[in-house]
Amino acid sequence: MVYRRRMPTANAKGSALLGEEEVRKVAKLARLELAPGEVVRMTAELSAIVGYVQKLAELDTTDIPPTAHVRLARVALRPDEPQAGLSHDDALAEAPRVSHDGFAVPAFVDD
Amino acid sequence: MQAWLTRPISELAAAVGRGEVSAEEIARASLAAITTKDPSLGAFLTVSAELALEQARAIDARRARGEKLGKLAGVPIGLKDALCTRGVPTTSGSKILTRDGRGWLPPYDATVVARLKAADAILPGKCNMDEFAMGSSTENSAFSPTRNPWDETRSPGGSSGGSAVAVAARMTPGALGSDTGGSIRQPAAFTNVVGVKPTYGRVSRFGLVAFASSLDQIGPFAADVRGAARILEVIAGHDERDATCLAEPVGAYEAACDKNPRGIRVGVPEEYFAEGLEAEVAESVRAAIEELGRAGCVIRPIKLPHTAYAVATYYVLATAEASSNLARFDGVRFGLRVEPPRGELAAMYGQTRDTGFGDEVKRRIMLGTYVLSAGYYDAYYLKAQKVRTLIRRDFERAFTEVDLIAAPTSPVPPFRLGERMKDPLSMYLADVYTLPASLAGLPALSLPCAPTPKRADRPPLPVGLQLMAAPLDEERLFTVAAAFEATSPARSLELPLG
Repeated sequence: MVYRRRMPTANAKGSALLGEEEVRKVAKLARLELAPGEVVRMTAELSAIVGYVQKLAELDTTDIPPTAHVRLARVALRPDEPQAGLSHDDALAEAPRVSHDGFAVPAFVDD
Repeated sequence: MQAWLTRPISELAAAVGRGEVSAEEIARASLAAITTKDPSLGAFLTVSAELALEQARAIDARRARGEKLGKLAGVPIGLKDALCTRGVPTTSGSKILTRDGRGWLPPYDATVVARLKAADAILPGKCNMDEFAMGSSTENSAFSPTRNPWDETRSPGGSSGGSAVAVAARMTPGALGSDTGGSIRQPAAFTNVVGVKPTYGRVSRFGLVAFASSLDQIGPFAADVRGAARILEVIAGHDERDATCLAEPVGAYEAACDKNPRGIRVGVPEEYFAEGLEAEVAESVRAAIEELGRAGCVIRPIKLPHTAYAVATYYVLATAEASSNLARFDGVRFGLRVEPPRGELAAMYGQTRDTGFGDEVKRRIMLGTYVLSAGYYDAYYLKAQKVRTLIRRDFERAFTEVDLIAAPTSPVPPFRLGERMKDPLSMYLADVYTLPASLAGLPALSLPCAPTPKRADRPPLPVGLQLMAAPLDEERLFTVAAAFEATSPARSLELPLG
């Protein structure tokens, strides 16, 4: 993982922080097949929002620990006892397509 | 019969318990109110009339047998459509949970739904919301916007706008919503009702469609403070099916409504009365705070210096969590599936999600994916988590000096439908006063204070007073809120509705 790149900044002309190519890359990661028009609009909107959140860079957070979750108590675990889960029929009841008693999906090749 | 729906929840449940009115009569009154009022308001996505009447008849039968009824006997409660209801369509306001013209049918009830049923509440239907609770106006619903009953050209706020309107228009005396960054408090403020976001972890989220798991919390709406307190007592408490749900005993919230607020120290943060706050909202909230002083509270100025960073922090963290939570909507197991003719799995995922999600949801998934992606994680996600610590510490420091914090719920009164939809950032900035308590996991509520004065361009509009407390100090919130409500100028307001 690369965790070192600094925040991107707008160039002197104040043009978009994100380009369309980057938006397409993020869309692929997010499994969204955006239409071409959506890519253009999303690039402008995301640039505006990303520009706004750069405000965070104003603060010095050296030595400040991150808060991932407000810690009020330790996570309460339930007793480790077997219980009935969803029935097979209940689990499949809302499936878009069922085959061989399971969720059917299009053929895929793992790449 | 609809007059019963204007009675406080505690009185309604008592009347049903004594047999002055049957649960079935109340259920019919609620269903009739929905039939008459909802076509113009759009607060409900699903009305489950038969189920509501069955529940009501079962309650009446138990009373006839001499059984003691629950705390919400015969009280109709609207449910935000993000809450799973076994056998009743649940869409979370999204087309991706809709197939062949109907919503997804969950195989189980959310814990809060099961607890409402066990307390003998009646559940007439599912309330409209911004898709996946992403929005502050209920205009992001994939089905229709909800209108504000105080002025139908305006938004009721969001994302739990349908739940707020169900209560404001007296279709159901209570409702449940969920609050990730203000989605209960802001619509409560916009519609002149009481809305409570409990402490993070106070209420089980088992069966709530997840948006941002480090922030989401379920809470009640009611016309009065005591009603909201009673609903919270019913739904709060440990649930072994939600590991983030706290085991601490549930407070006596309703009893807290009768306590004297004398001596409770109330802090007023200067950062919440800064630029961007509409003058008429400021005036109403300042008058409410003076009233708290007359009721015996000790009013003190305080500072919450990192308030201005809450919006940026929230929109990084909440979208990051949402991008992960919403990965489950892939067309495989439930909801919508778009399968290309020469289908490949990846194309099915991509097209299902592009077709099924609305613009705001896609925007947030994209932003969340971006801030989590290699190269940006440190600069955005980790940075925002650190700023979250600073915001949390602001509150920790403040709560060494005061018991509660009082502020406006929203910087502006209800805005016009469409007004903020063109500019997503302007919609985000409207959440500036509700986000900090969410980021810090604090309990907070909104209750009506004096509406804005009538102007040539708009009728009087509701204003919310927000009270925030230290973790698990809901009781003090209810004590001060109930004391204010007893003298509030907003209490006697009648909606411009039948």
